[in-house]
Amino acid sequence: MTDSPIDIDKKSELNNLPRRYKKISITRYFIYLALIVMVIWSFQGSQFSFEGLLDSTQYFKRFLGEAFPSIGILGENEHSITWKDTFRYTRELIETFQMAFTGTLLGIIFGFILALLSSKGLLGNSRPMRLVQETVKALILLFRTVPDLVWAIIFVMLVGLGAFAGTLTIMVDTIGFCGRFFAEEMEDVDKSPADALESCGATKLDATFAAVVPAAMPGLITTSLFAFEKAIRGSVVLGLVGAGGIGMSLNALFNWMAYDRAMVIIGMIFALIFVVEQVSQYLRRKVTQNEEKRI
Amino acid sequence: MNAIEVKHLSKSYADFEVLRDISFTIGVGESIAIIGSNGAGKSTLLKCLTRITEPSQGSINVFGDPILKFRTGALRRMRSSIGVVFQKHNLVPRLSVLTNVIHGDIGRLHNVSKFPLAGIRNWGQISASNRTRKKAMEALEMVSLSHLALQRADTLSGGQSQRVAIARALMQEPNMILADEPVASLDPVAANDVMSLFYDLCKNKNITLIFTSHNVEHALEYGNKVLAIKNGRLSLFKDSNSIEIKTLQAEYD
Ligand SMILES: Nc1ncnc2c1ncn2[C@@H]1O[C@H](COP(=O)(O)OP(=O)(O)OP(=O)(O)O)[C@@H](O)[C@H]1O
Ligand SMILES: [Mg+2]
Repeated sequence: MTDSPIDIDKKSELNNLPRRYKKISITRYFIYLALIVMVIWSFQGSQFSFEGLLDSTQYFKRFLGEAFPSIGILGENEHSITWKDTFRYTRELIETFQMAFTGTLLGIIFGFILALLSSKGLLGNSRPMRLVQETVKALILLFRTVPDLVWAIIFVMLVGLGAFAGTLTIMVDTIGFCGRFFAEEMEDVDKSPADALESCGATKLDATFAAVVPAAMPGLITTSLFAFEKAIRGSVVLGLVGAGGIGMSLNALFNWMAYDRAMVIIGMIFALIFVVEQVSQYLRRKVTQNEEKRI
Repeated sequence: MNAIEVKHLSKSYADFEVLRDISFTIGVGESIAIIGSNGAGKSTLLKCLTRITEPSQGSINVFGDPILKFRTGALRRMRSSIGVVFQKHNLVPRLSVLTNVIHGDIGRLHNVSKFPLAGIRNWGQISASNRTRKKAMEALEMVSLSHLALQRADTLSGGQSQRVAIARALMQEPNMILADEPVASLDPVAANDVMSLFYDLCKNKNITLIFTSHNVEHALEYGNKVLAIKNGRLSLFKDSNSIEIKTLQAEYD
């Protein structure tokens, strides 16, 4: 006899042990099979080929040669960049940042409002309210599913070439992103404090702003920072369709096959994105650490 | 007029019947202890009384009003006069103690104004009126926590957070208090303090008190009547003077 308090040898009524695995049904086998077929089928359709990759090396070498020409440090030649150009690129880079920042800010604000309206049961559970929630959810989905380049083309058509079109594009993109994830964060927080507020006579709106939003705040902040990182990366491409920022110059340089200058711009973009991501990551870590300390 | 009249109340979750055909009447100013084993349905019964949980069947009258027929506005007015202390306290985690107490005063703002956003001033202690902040500090004083006013609610000990929940209920200036194991996480001395605080308050201001407890002595000492629930049914409802501890212990079999 052992003196363990739990006697597992006891021939007790332990025939109610929970099953270790779920039984896998026939349908599930077919689902797995279908997945494998889909992988093969997709590779075929995507024309993915290692040969193609290998064949590209000669073009790649030429591109590298032109993108990184061997230039003397001193003296003027066809590859040298003037201060004027450098200033212009810097100005455009700053414009890109401003577009991304403004667009994200507006997107966060409107995205938050739409998230409030679309969160299940948050502001109400009546039938008209549920209709609103489903409609707004669909609207957010629309914002998210239409690719940002398509939005950019639409806005360039509506407000003309330039940064404004880009800002609007980023705003809509951010509304789609924040609208969805803000709603998820608010749906995920423990609802009992909100119930408690309602049980002392608060409205759904009171309970939302006094209990749900404060509890979801760390999540809302990190999502917003992610949205900004995404916007900075996305804003570069918008220039390709004329929606402002440094992407416009990049596009022009590629068209002129001025790969060396394009490389300079890509370097600048890299630096911007790198800095923004580092700062954002630092802030996100601060937010989560601040929460952990309290628990 | 009675404080509460419950008739044939039932509550089911899916096909699981938590409460079955419960009827009782509570007079104004009475103090009622609800006892019963874990999972008997005590919390569910309390939540039904203010429709935080919707009953499946039956009728409930609170101070004469058929609350199951109430629509949002009337329900809110009724709720604003009933203080509820939840078993899990239900404080808003990232906000200060003071703000959590001030939340108890949101209902009053709606009662004095029809403006849908009337509650906004009491979302946080920053924007609340001086009068409200003073009142909240007094409520905290009553549960001896005024020194923690600006501490975040999720950093409190279990007993402290329970007392904040009690202060929030007092903040409502309620005419009835529903308290779900209000002293469960307090040490014995604090538990007696808080129970007598409740009891004296209710007797002085003629507030109706309904509390659940796993402490049989508390039930007999602070309840004028004891109501027992067993397997979702009302199994005893009696004057506490005419009950022996043994009878109550039988309720847990
Ligand atoms: N939302 C829910 N969905 C399903 N079942 C629930 C729900 N809420 C409560 N129950 C069940 O109802 C029963 C009664 O729960 P209740 O919380 O009222 O018990 P209690 O008497 O307060 O117990 P305790 O003394 O442990 O607090 C339990 O079996 C519980 O699992
Ligand atoms: Mg309970």
